[in-house]
Amino acid sequence: MSEMKTAAYICKGCGIGERVNATQMVNIATKEGKMSLVREHEFLCNEAGVQTIRDDIEKEAVTHVMIAACSRRAKTEAFQFPSAAVARANIREGVIWSQPDTPEAKETTQEMADDYVRMGCAELKKMKLPAGNASTGHNKQILVVGGGISGMTAALEAANTGYDVVLVEKENQLGGWTGKLWKRVPDREPYKDPADTGIGAMIAAIEAEPRIKVYLNAVLAKTSGSPGQFSAEILIESGSCNTEAVGAIVQASGFTPYDANQLPEFAYGKTPNVVDQAGLEKLAVDAAASGTAIKRPSDGGEVKTVAFVQCAGQRDDSGKHLPYCSGFCCNTSIKQAMYFKDANPGVDTVVIYTDLRTPGNGEDFYRSAQSKGVIFTKGKVTAVAANGNTCKVSFHDLILDEDSEIPEVDLVVLATGQVPNSGVNIDLTEEEQDKIEVKPISILNLDYRQGKDLPHLKNGFADSHFICFPYETRRTGIYTAGPVRRPMDIAQALEDATGATLKAIQATENAELGRAAHPRSGDLSYPIVRLEGCTQCKRCTVECPFGAIDEDEKRYPVFNESRCRRCGTCMGACPVRVISFENYSVDSVGAQIKAVDIPDEFSEKPRILVLACENDAYPALDMAGMQRTPYSAFVRVIPVRCLGSVNTSWITDALNGGYDGVMLMGCKHGDDYQCHFVKGSELAAYRMSKIDDTLKQMALETERVATYEVAITDIKRVPQLIEDYAKVIEKIGMSPMKGFA
Amino acid sequence: MSEALNQQALASYRNNFLREVEEKVEEGEWVKMCMQCGVCAGSCPFGPHWEHSPQKIFMMIRAGKREEVLQSDSMWMCTSCYNCVVRCPRQLPITQIMHGLASYAHRLGLAPKEQPTRHFSALFWNNCTQTGRVNELKLTLGLYFKDGLVSGIKKAWALRNIGLSMLLAKRLNPFEILKGHECQDKAGIQRMLKKAHEIEARHRGLNG
Repeated sequence: MSEMKTAAYICKGCGIGERVNATQMVNIATKEGKMSLVREHEFLCNEAGVQTIRDDIEKEAVTHVMIAACSRRAKTEAFQFPSAAVARANIREGVIWSQPDTPEAKETTQEMADDYVRMGCAELKKMKLPAGNASTGHNKQILVVGGGISGMTAALEAANTGYDVVLVEKENQLGGWTGKLWKRVPDREPYKDPADTGIGAMIAAIEAEPRIKVYLNAVLAKTSGSPGQFSAEILIESGSCNTEAVGAIVQASGFTPYDANQLPEFAYGKTPNVVDQAGLEKLAVDAAASGTAIKRPSDGGEVKTVAFVQCAGQRDDSGKHLPYCSGFCCNTSIKQAMYFKDANPGVDTVVIYTDLRTPGNGEDFYRSAQSKGVIFTKGKVTAVAANGNTCKVSFHDLILDEDSEIPEVDLVVLATGQVPNSGVNIDLTEEEQDKIEVKPISILNLDYRQGKDLPHLKNGFADSHFICFPYETRRTGIYTAGPVRRPMDIAQALEDATGATLKAIQATENAELGRAAHPRSGDLSYPIVRLEGCTQCKRCTVECPFGAIDEDEKRYPVFNESRCRRCGTCMGACPVRVISFENYSVDSVGAQIKAVDIPDEFSEKPRILVLACENDAYPALDMAGMQRTPYSAFVRVIPVRCLGSVNTSWITDALNGGYDGVMLMGCKHGDDYQCHFVKGSELAAYRMSKIDDTLKQMALETERVATYEVAITDIKRVPQLIEDYAKVIEKIGMSPMKGFA
Repeated sequence: MSEALNQQALASYRNNFLREVEEKVEEGEWVKMCMQCGVCAGSCPFGPHWEHSPQKIFMMIRAGKREEVLQSDSMWMCTSCYNCVVRCPRQLPITQIMHGLASYAHRLGLAPKEQPTRHFSALFWNNCTQTGRVNELKLTLGLYFKDGLVSGIKKAWALRNIGLSMLLAKRLNPFEILKGHECQDKAGIQRMLKKAHEIEARHRGLNG
């Protein structure tokens, strides 16, 4: 775009015209904002208003549009002009709705509106219409890693949607754990009896599907590239290596049962009559093959009593075993108890549980087991002792609060839970890696600078946020499904695989068009780096939460645009400010900060800069406006893509420019973080913890910069935070830095 | 007779008390369906006064604690308010099971001997089945003198005003002590009860 032509539109609708002087705003946009074209409109978002803008873009060759009306989160469809860069000044939610309609407030309300117009104009002039990423990949093939029920579902779903699939399975047959089961927990009415796994039909469907290419006995030797242009080197047991080009990846690498050898107190390994759930499935499959009942492993004797030990090595708070509940094992034990009861009601089956958790329609299944005569005892098993061909199970009865035991148990089944097959924990230091006894095998072997596998969220599960954005990992274009993401049963894995597949398809389609994935879906901008200014400090490559930045041989950053989520964390990290987006940059925010009119020291009108996360804090502020909750008229709010994108230069510029305080509002960070970009708010909090030195150098109070964790639901709290902070500023007094800028 | 019944039950069920309850106790087949949520225990207005809540009783049955369950005073404390039945998420007829257990324990001679509810129940049953009508005077006196002569006289003296008022209102006939009123077909009532006994015994497998 050679020639920049700017236009500002001042809307008077929704009461803006009555509350503030629009003519004054027009003057500001013309004189201070230096907009080439300024129009006032009674009701800008109606058809005629929008048409005015369209006509200007077409006939007047307007390339940049500043709209002073409602929040940028409102009327997004009406004010969408694909061929123009658009800046929005939030006069409705941010000014007239958040300020009281009183004669006393009139002056400060007008000042606020004027400043937002100034800021909108300033931002607009620093913006460019994103030209779109040139290096997009067009491959739409989906790579599915893992041939268990999750992987097979993912492959079939992708194929049925019309996408080609490469399925890689490390074993010599498809089916995974589901294929090793005798029967599965029922998934349909009446939820009363164990059901056929249906895995045979599924394998047949995969083999019959021309869109699916299956590699058995194969692993990934190397995965490189980015969405739309991944390259996967598939190493087959025979030694040959095939390279497949794929657009997105679904990792369904499943789980390994928790090692029951870690539970010597339950006599596992001391007698064959103690098995884990997988062991019992094997006994059941073998028994069914030979047409007999399940026999006692030690001597082939008749099984008269079976005890199921729930939470064996799970929900453990001692730190020795799994701390979490695997969620599937109660239903599995119920199912396995039915293996015995259905064959012979005379067999005594006891499930010893602390809390019976039966997700899905498991409650019906549980009730069915009770009517079949399975005994459920609420208790905690303390020990299993082998004694000849039987075992003694000792437990603490939690209802009667006493120690109890079952003396002669023929078979003990331990519900040991799921450990995710999530590969190497890339967040560990080399030293910590060395301490691990059994080295995990990498699943994806990514050639990313940040590590070979997907980052773990908690307890080794590769996920990024299972409530806000399930399946999204911290590697764009790679999605997890099934027990590698969180512990789950078959029914949940099916749903999971379908969801992850849809995400993968979406990623390939977005990648082709150069658009961002969640949460800035559709954004065409991408980080542009001015390499000649780069000092190779590596902060961007280290801090990028999504592993989008590699390094070349000369240790310069290499941006993989298609892996980028456009959070701007790299931009916030860069000490020499060489990273920017076409529509969001150090300059575009910096210009807004500078555009605000700062009254002098004696005016009693402080100015507080609020940098608010556009995902949570900014909508919370908008909603506070919608509810007409007033807050201080001295704040000037600038939405930021993520607090991680906040460059410390903005803070120093603001303070040097005479602002009296800076509030940073980002998402909750830490273990149960809510940041849409995972690490952004945490990094910001870390960076701001170091700003105290700068403040001291400037002889300013440390209170002048404050960081807050704000959730989207904090509609009442955010105005209160602003009010409280305004009081703090009132107390410490006006900044001495005014008038120098 | 009850001791023989007890021995017989012990012999046929050995250590499977749950199966014994399922087969011998009224509504006993429901016990296995309890999911140990404890709502019954929390709903019972007599909760704190029981030795064991219904939840515990069910757990004890499953744990095979035969003596403890049958000798417990818990089932005898039930006032049949049906709060637990209304609230039970598994829809167990808890009140009925409690009465079923009480009656089974009584039949086997294991129920607590001095339990007042049990004493009153027996007194009432024997009183009304004799003639087909309740003889209030004999019933009241039987209850007063349960713990001996002195305590009986004390109780009667304490309630003398009510007794006199009832006498004046013709609600209490002192001659009932000699011979109470009867229903029209006394023999018929007794035949009916005998038949009912037989049916129940057949149904529950209780001989004698």
